[in-house]
Amino acid sequence: MGFGQLPYDVAHLLGGAVLLLSFVLLYQRRMAAVINAFATQGALLALAVAWQGWAQGAPGLYVTALVAAAAKAVLIPLALRALVRRFGLHRSAEPALGIGAGLIAGVALVALAILVVLPATTGAGALAREDLAMALSVVLLGMLMMITRRQAISQVIGLLSLENGLVLAAAGVRGLPLVVELSTAALVLVLAGVAGFFAFHLRARFESLDLSLLHRHRGERAEAEQP
Amino acid sequence: MSVGMPLSLGLPLLLVALPFLGGVVLAVLPSLRVAALLNIALALAGFLLALGLLALPRGGEEAVWLLHLDALNLPLLLLGAFVGLTTACFSAATVGGEGFSPRAGRAYHAAFQVFLGANHLALLADNLGLMWVAIELATFATVLMVALHRTPAALEAAWKFLILCGVGIALALFGTILLAMAALPFAGDGGAALSFAVLLRVGREADPSLLTLAFIFLLVGYGTKAGLVPLHSWLPDAHAEGPMAISAVLSGLLLNAALHAVLRAKAVVALNPGPLPPGALMMAMGLASLLLAAFALWRRRDARRFFAWSSIEHMGLAAFAFGLGGPAALAGMLHLLGHSLVKSAIFFGLGRATMLRGSQSLAGLGGLVKSHPRLGWSLMLAMLAIAGLPPFSLFASEFLLVQQTVARLPWLTLPLGIGLLVAALAMAQAMQALGLGPAPAAVPLRAVPSLLGPRLDAWAALAPLHLHLLLALLLGLALPAPILAVLLDAARIAG
Repeated sequence: MGFGQLPYDVAHLLGGAVLLLSFVLLYQRRMAAVINAFATQGALLALAVAWQGWAQGAPGLYVTALVAAAAKAVLIPLALRALVRRFGLHRSAEPALGIGAGLIAGVALVALAILVVLPATTGAGALAREDLAMALSVVLLGMLMMITRRQAISQVIGLLSLENGLVLAAAGVRGLPLVVELSTAALVLVLAGVAGFFAFHLRARFESLDLSLLHRHRGERAEAEQP
Repeated sequence: MSVGMPLSLGLPLLLVALPFLGGVVLAVLPSLRVAALLNIALALAGFLLALGLLALPRGGEEAVWLLHLDALNLPLLLLGAFVGLTTACFSAATVGGEGFSPRAGRAYHAAFQVFLGANHLALLADNLGLMWVAIELATFATVLMVALHRTPAALEAAWKFLILCGVGIALALFGTILLAMAALPFAGDGGAALSFAVLLRVGREADPSLLTLAFIFLLVGYGTKAGLVPLHSWLPDAHAEGPMAISAVLSGLLLNAALHAVLRAKAVVALNPGPLPPGALMMAMGLASLLLAAFALWRRRDARRFFAWSSIEHMGLAAFAFGLGGPAALAGMLHLLGHSLVKSAIFFGLGRATMLRGSQSLAGLGGLVKSHPRLGWSLMLAMLAIAGLPPFSLFASEFLLVQQTVARLPWLTLPLGIGLLVAALAMAQAMQALGLGPAPAAVPLRAVPSLLGPRLDAWAALAPLHLHLLLALLLGLALPAPILAVLLDAARIAG
């Protein structure tokens, strides 16, 4: 399979679109926009996985696509929006790193992913290789987002977007057992639940979800203050 | 167990299933006292089941129901079940003093059992995917336990734990996918591509550069859980802010299960001469952890954080030993066992002392020998053991490791020696302050709320400590021949 063939081209397009949304997540400043970008990424991911299911003739992937669409494009964004509305967090998604610096770092990470994956996978098919390179880029960009954001909610979105990259990677490998995709889906649900639990507690304690407030309470410093 | 089911299938299955079922019961049990006692009973049953594993045949080629027992996971399972039992006893003695609400108490006991079950599953799993799920489950159970106190510091610790280990889990899953991708062309059926038995068969033919890439992700991902250097910073906070008993199982079980996952991956990847040998990567990460922790130990004021950093140091040592491989892998195995035994013993003593003094800073715990002689001397003895002094087993493993390093990679002896020495000196200094140093000006006498009665409390806190030290002594002085045979087998599997 190569350029100019429909399965390859569409898979490439959808994978690229997921990666593009990772860049959008990097620079958005308003909370609502971050959540919208995340929901769009989830929907595109579901499409990409469904396409892989069709191209590989693996009906199991349709289940994964369905789970991704339900959880990432609908349920989690709705829950996040409810959280934002309840706590009034609309304008508080300031990244710690400037937009320009963040995007440059993002491009560098994509280059790194390509440099790492392409030489290591010479034995695999072209589609699997490039899918893997894109998936690793999404993973790395998710990490970058977690580093550059101070808000608890944005950090969780970074982690969930990182996990989108894992689903993309798992879907791209032909013949991978279903258990991997199912466990990935389970991870998302548990993670979202636990993170939501924490968000409520943090909010109840500090009247804010800005994690830089927490550093004051970190470990030994807290003890030094209270003899 | 039904009659038709062979013992070799039923026993491991029961060992894994029992804690999960127990966790469900504990989640609805209203009385804290009954829950603490049931927790002990469940842990005891688990320990007996683990002892039963000794009678089973080991190292069969095929896994039954995705579970697999061999010489590498058997000692770790026994250790895990044993530490689980002693920690449950210790927990019954201290949980009254944690100040839990009824709901938090239920969550605590349920999470404890789920953690034990997930730990056993992670060790027994023959399937990489299943192992990943189990380690993830164990992580979430401990995150919840760390957050139970709901103080700002506990929330900060739990959040850091969740986020860093979330990244670690994700990286490990990416590595798992890569490993499956490397094995798929040779494994035939897709479901088999994640089984260790199959991976070991096809590892020789698989693409070496893909295997190396997979190993890097698995090492960094599971290394996060094992407290190895770049992503270690969750570990001290999680040890310091959770309930006392959690520090003991974190150091005793979770770190071992994570390192065990790395070892399984290493055994597969090492079959194949890739661009980067897996042993060298493990040695580099281990040495970095050892050196960072050795120097970080000097700047700690909080006693539980101090010993958590010491766990990073010892996991670094074990990773270094397994990376060196050959006879050094035996040192690694022995070190894992010795460290778990002694470190959880220290956390038992420390938990008791913290409860009596109402402070967990090194300064606030000073002069223990004078105020509580039995506790003070026991804790000092345990600290000598963790510092690597003879006759405890950590001395034997560190000695073997240094001897192997000198013989095979002499230029690494200097950094290794510096790390060991600096860490041991920091430990000696802390021991001196904790045991013999000046007591804080006014030692407040605290009435410790108790579930079992004060006498039984003191006994339940100290007896596990002494038992652990005794076992570490036994492993160090006279390694019984059957145990040595199992450990040698394990070292051969880990490479």
